[in-house]
This record gives sequence, structure tokens and C-alpha cells, in this order.
Amino acid sequence: MQIDNDRFREEINKELSSQTRPTITVLSSLLAIQDKFGYIPELAIDVIAQYTEHTINEVWGVASFYPNFRFTKPGENMLEICWGPTCHLAGSSKILNDIQEALGLDGEGETINNKFTLKYNTCLGACSQAPVISINHDFIGNSTSESVLEKLSKIDPKL
Amino acid sequence: MLHYTDLKELANDKWLELNSGNKPWIRVGTAICGKAAGADYVLDKLKIVLSELNIDYIIDEVGCLGICFAEPLVDITLENGRRVFYKNVSVDDINTIIDDSIVENKFNHSSLLGILTSNVDNNAIGENDLPDLNELPGIKYQKKIALSNAGNVSPFDLYHYVSQGGYLALNKAVNHMTPDEVIKEVSDSGLRGRGGAAFPTGFKWSFLVKSDNPSKYVLCNCEEGDPGAYNDKGILESDPFKLLEGLTIAGYATRSSNGIVFIRHGHDGPIDRMENAIKRAYDEGLLGKNIFDSGFDFDVEISLTGESYVAGEESALMESIEGKRSQPRFRPPFPAQFGVWGKPSNINNVKTLTYVPDIISNGSNWFANIGVQGNKEKKIQGSTGTAIVCLSGNIKFPGLYEVPMGLSLRDVIYKIGGGTASGKELKVLQTGGPLGGVLDSNSLDIHLDFDEMKSAGAILGSGGIIVGDIETCVVDLTRVLVAFCQYESCGKCFPCRLGMEQILEITERMVKCESSEYDLELIKNVGQNMEKASLCGHGQLGYGPIRSALKYFESDFKSHIIDKKCPTGSCVQPMISPKNTRPYGILQINKGGE
Repeated sequence: MQIDNDRFREEINKELSSQTRPTITVLSSLLAIQDKFGYIPELAIDVIAQYTEHTINEVWGVASFYPNFRFTKPGENMLEICWGPTCHLAGSSKILNDIQEALGLDGEGETINNKFTLKYNTCLGACSQAPVISINHDFIGNSTSESVLEKLSKIDPKL
Repeated sequence: MLHYTDLKELANDKWLELNSGNKPWIRVGTAICGKAAGADYVLDKLKIVLSELNIDYIIDEVGCLGICFAEPLVDITLENGRRVFYKNVSVDDINTIIDDSIVENKFNHSSLLGILTSNVDNNAIGENDLPDLNELPGIKYQKKIALSNAGNVSPFDLYHYVSQGGYLALNKAVNHMTPDEVIKEVSDSGLRGRGGAAFPTGFKWSFLVKSDNPSKYVLCNCEEGDPGAYNDKGILESDPFKLLEGLTIAGYATRSSNGIVFIRHGHDGPIDRMENAIKRAYDEGLLGKNIFDSGFDFDVEISLTGESYVAGEESALMESIEGKRSQPRFRPPFPAQFGVWGKPSNINNVKTLTYVPDIISNGSNWFANIGVQGNKEKKIQGSTGTAIVCLSGNIKFPGLYEVPMGLSLRDVIYKIGGGTASGKELKVLQTGGPLGGVLDSNSLDIHLDFDEMKSAGAILGSGGIIVGDIETCVVDLTRVLVAFCQYESCGKCFPCRLGMEQILEITERMVKCESSEYDLELIKNVGQNMEKASLCGHGQLGYGPIRSALKYFESDFKSHIIDKKCPTGSCVQPMISPKNTRPYGILQINKGGE
């Protein structure tokens, strides 16, 4: 167990030291870890604190503030649905409702088989193509419940 | 050491070659609007088909031409510089489009949008029968300054930008003007900040000049979390070099040492293109030491923030650059004395900085004569230049349009936007982002003008205009705006943290028709307290949308509260919106531990 932890610590350290932008902060380090692992492992908080010479509390403070950080492993695929005003007017709440029903969810989170993580997004930034969703950061505009379900069933045929 | 004339010559040669028609030059719009419409797949398929047909070609990804409704947009330059545009291209259309343009020169494909013949010897071909792209309303009424290169040049290629007049202004500024002359030129142009506050840019820069600290920062704010607006991201994706040139000129004018471009993490398109632009500028000596042999040194880097709307507020932005929670600071001291890392700093919006190169190349008079002129005697500031409007919602031709200031909302919605997509009567316009306001159909004669919009209870703000037709329930729309503001409240000061939650609860009651008339008093009371007591613009402006909604759509609210029904019947849908009280992560951890 100790060996595993050491190895993981090393992996996190490697990720932190390979940041290419000139200014390295707690936030930039957290973003790098989230990009690499898809979440912030608890061990990473400790490593980031050492690496950036901050206290663990300070690192937690930043990590808990931004809602894009998560602390448990996400599902295999990330599904984001926009609920901003433009998408809302274009019918995104119906899509959200239908998709949640199909995935067996009643809010943000992971499906039971861990195939998907559903995340609400305040604005994906492609308002001219509303309603917009993204699957693993691939944007899909002018979507409907049917077209989203079709895409999802390509990933998980049981849907 | 590279001189401007050498750079320009190289760029011109390259541009001429592209337009010579020796090989077809294909441009595909892959800004965020293009990607959401499937442009990446179109791009891949184009490459495959052209290779299969053994056609020699050049292909470039470009930004957004503004007519987002036509995405994915494919633009093919043939012999004689003739440009053929195809709209809403799908993967299945590629073969027939290549036949129609490159192989057979027929130009009668069903996806043909228009042709540009500016460089063409008109007698040679019967162009008159073909649709002229410049006659398309979405193109015709635009006046492009900040977006002049958008959709025309590759955002990855510095030479494209230079061939279109890029870096002329920086060379002029650093080698032929003093910093004070640059500031005067920007002041005289009447340029006002495009981030929402409309503060005079030249005046703002002059605050930073007063400090003789050797290390000073100019920050470019591309946080842009506003739903309904993607114009800053559009600039970064379409023409990042222009922004970079503007930022460098701002650095020279304020005698700063460093520039930072501030973008939200996750917007990969804008980040990658900006990152590449900065790298290319360093390669060519347009950033770093001794720019254009003038002795001026300037460094630029990118800083990423997490998901936080308040990070777009100037002092919260600086906290985020320092790697902390993006919560606003108490002021004074103001950023010009104590900014990022404690150094004097200046913050401008992306759009503001992107106007700067053209103001320096063409002079302040040229810019001041576009849009709404001010009047010093009457103390009217005016709104000079253009407005970059992001038209979305229930609109026939959504897009990213750059139009002269002073155009009426009616012209924007009907001449350019083509009216509502549903064909039904227009009911509501939501302008200036979630902290802006709502307007009704009687407000269509208001002009795009900072002061006129503000006095009508809406703001031009980020430039987003969301359109709703007669079936839109304004109470429900207001609830979504409030839900956004509540979700994004940073939690530092209690008037905003608690107030947002209260007004969200009240608007939710209203939508559910479970409200009483007392709630109208209550929401006003809470809102006005937020306005007076909040630390930053988020709380101070958060009541704005509700106030304007109550002003223009009182009957909608009354029928929910008194008649207990929605006049449009459209707000029966489930109310889904995340409820968030920061810190958010702790709640997640607790959930995980259950």
C-alpha cells in the first residue's frame, strides 16, 4: 500500500513539474491534476501543498471553490448539458429531463454502470447552435432528446 | 532582428500565392459555432475526398465569419481569386461540393450560399447570375473592425494576419509615437470598455502611467462566462494575433512589462489558438526583448481560471491569476496601485483591446466617426466604433455580428437576424448577459448605445442579445437568469450570497404559481439591499434583470401571482437548475462519504 502511494505521489509530482506555463500556482496545479486524472485525488492536495509551498487548508480552499473540481472518479464518459438562458429558451430543460430519466439520474452525477457522468453547464459558448450539449468535450449543437439519446446509445447500447 | 517591412513582404508573398488559384484554397470555419455544427467531421472528410481524387489543395481552419447559422461553412478559393461559400455542409455533401466547385465550376449546388468576386475580372465569367455573398444581410450590414479578419485568415498563421495589415500599428506605435501619444490617440477615438462598464479606455490606461514601478501588468479579460455571448471567445478563435497586438500596444502605452490573457479552463479552442499566437509572436520577435528594434520589452502569458463567473470581475480575476479563490477584493487600493501580485495593473476586455491596432493605424478620427458621436459641451460621451452583437435564442439567423453603434435593435433583430425563428411575434429581448436586463417589443427603437441602453433598464454589456417569441414565459426566463446568478455567487459577501438564494426561492414560487402579492414587495426589498450592500457588480447588478422584467412584463408576473396561471402555458416544464452555495466541493465530498 505504501509503495502504491509513493508511486502515485511520484506520478502527481511528475504531472505538476511538467506544467509548461511560466506562472505556477495552486489553481494551475489543481487544473493540471484534474486534466490528467479527471478528478483531484486526496493525495494530490497534499502533494500540491508541498509543491507550491502552501498549507493543505489553502489548497482545499481553492479546490472547493471552483465547481469544475471533483474529488471522486468520474464516469467513463462526460456528458454536459447546457441550461443557460439561450439553451433554456431552445428547450434544454426538456432534454435534461428526458436524458436524466433515460440515464436513471435525478440530478448531476454518475450512472449506476459508471458509463456516464452528467454535468449541468451554465454556458458551453456555442449559443448560436442552441440547445448545445457536449460528450467528452465534443460539442453537439441543435440537439434534441432523440439526437442526444442516439449519440449516447452508441456509447452504451443498453440505453 | 526582424523589421516590419521584411515581415510584411514575406506575408504578402504568401497571401498572393494562396489567392493565385494555383491550388484550390479551402477554408473551413472551426470556431466553437462551427464545431458545434460538426465542422471537425467536415474538415476530416474534405481531406480524405480531395486526396482520393488526387487534387492538390491547401486547407486552413479559420474562425467565424459571423454568420453562425450557416455553419459548417466551407469557403473555396478558385482561380482568379473567386471565393465560393457553401452553407450547412454535412459530411454527405462533400463529394458533390467538390464536383460543383473545383471539378466542374458549375456553382449550382443546393448548399451554395454565395460567391465573392471582388478580385475577379467580372467580364470573364458570367458572375451576375450567381448570388453575391456581400448581399447577404448577415454580411451586408456588418461593419467589421475587431472581426475584420475573422473567417478570412487562419488564426494559426502569423503571416496571414500580417498580410492583412497586422503589426503595422505596433510598429508605428513603438517606433514613431511616444506612449503618451498612443494614449491620446485612444482617448480621442472615444473608445469605451466593451466588458460592460463602458469606461473610457484611454483614461483608464492613464491611471497606470502614473506609477513608476518597473513591473506593471496589463490584463486581458476573456473569462466570458456570460450565457448568450461568445464574442470574446470568437475573437480568440478567429484572430488571436489582433488581440495580441492590441495588448502589446496597451503595454507600450502604459509602460508595462507584462501582459496576461485570462481565459476559463476548458475552452480549448480559444486557449490553443491564443497559446499558438503567443508562441509565434515570440518566434518572430514581436514579443520579448526589444520589439521592432525600439527598446521596448514585453512578455505575455496565459492564465487559466476554474469555473467561476465572478472571476471576470477585475479584482476577483487578479485573485484567480494568483491561484486563489476568485473572490473580489475590497477597494481601495485600486488595481492601478495594487493589482495582480501587488503590482500596478490595468484590465481590459478582449473586444476593447482588439480595436486598438486599427485605431492606431487609421487614426482616432476614423474610429470616432463610426457609431454615435459624443458632444463635449453637452457632456455626452457617445458610443463610438462598433458593437459586437451575439444574436441567439428564437432568431432565424443567429450569429456573431459586428455592426456600427447606433443601429436600432429593430434593425439588428429584423434586418440581420431575420426575425424570430418560429415566425411568431417577438416578445422579449434579454441583453447584456444575466446581469443585464430584459426589454419588450416596444423597445425595438432603442439604439445600440451604452447610455441609451442603460437608461432603458438594459445594458449592452457583453453584447449578447437573446430573443424570445410570444410563447416565452418571462417569469420563467427571469427564474433561469436568477438561478444562474445564484449559482455563480462567490459567497464572499452575505448580501449577494443570501440575497441571491432568497430571490431565487421567490422566483421559483412565482413560476409554480404558489406566490402571493407580498412576494413582489419582498423581492424588491431584497434586491435593493443587494444593490446597495454587495461588494462587487455581481450582487449590485443581480436585481437588474428582475427590475426590468417587472417594468416591462408586469402582467406576466401578475397572472402567475393573482390568476395562478401562466399566460403562455410554457412554464410547466420541470425546473432544473443546480443549486449551489459555495464551497461546493465540500458538499460533494460529504456526499461521497455517505
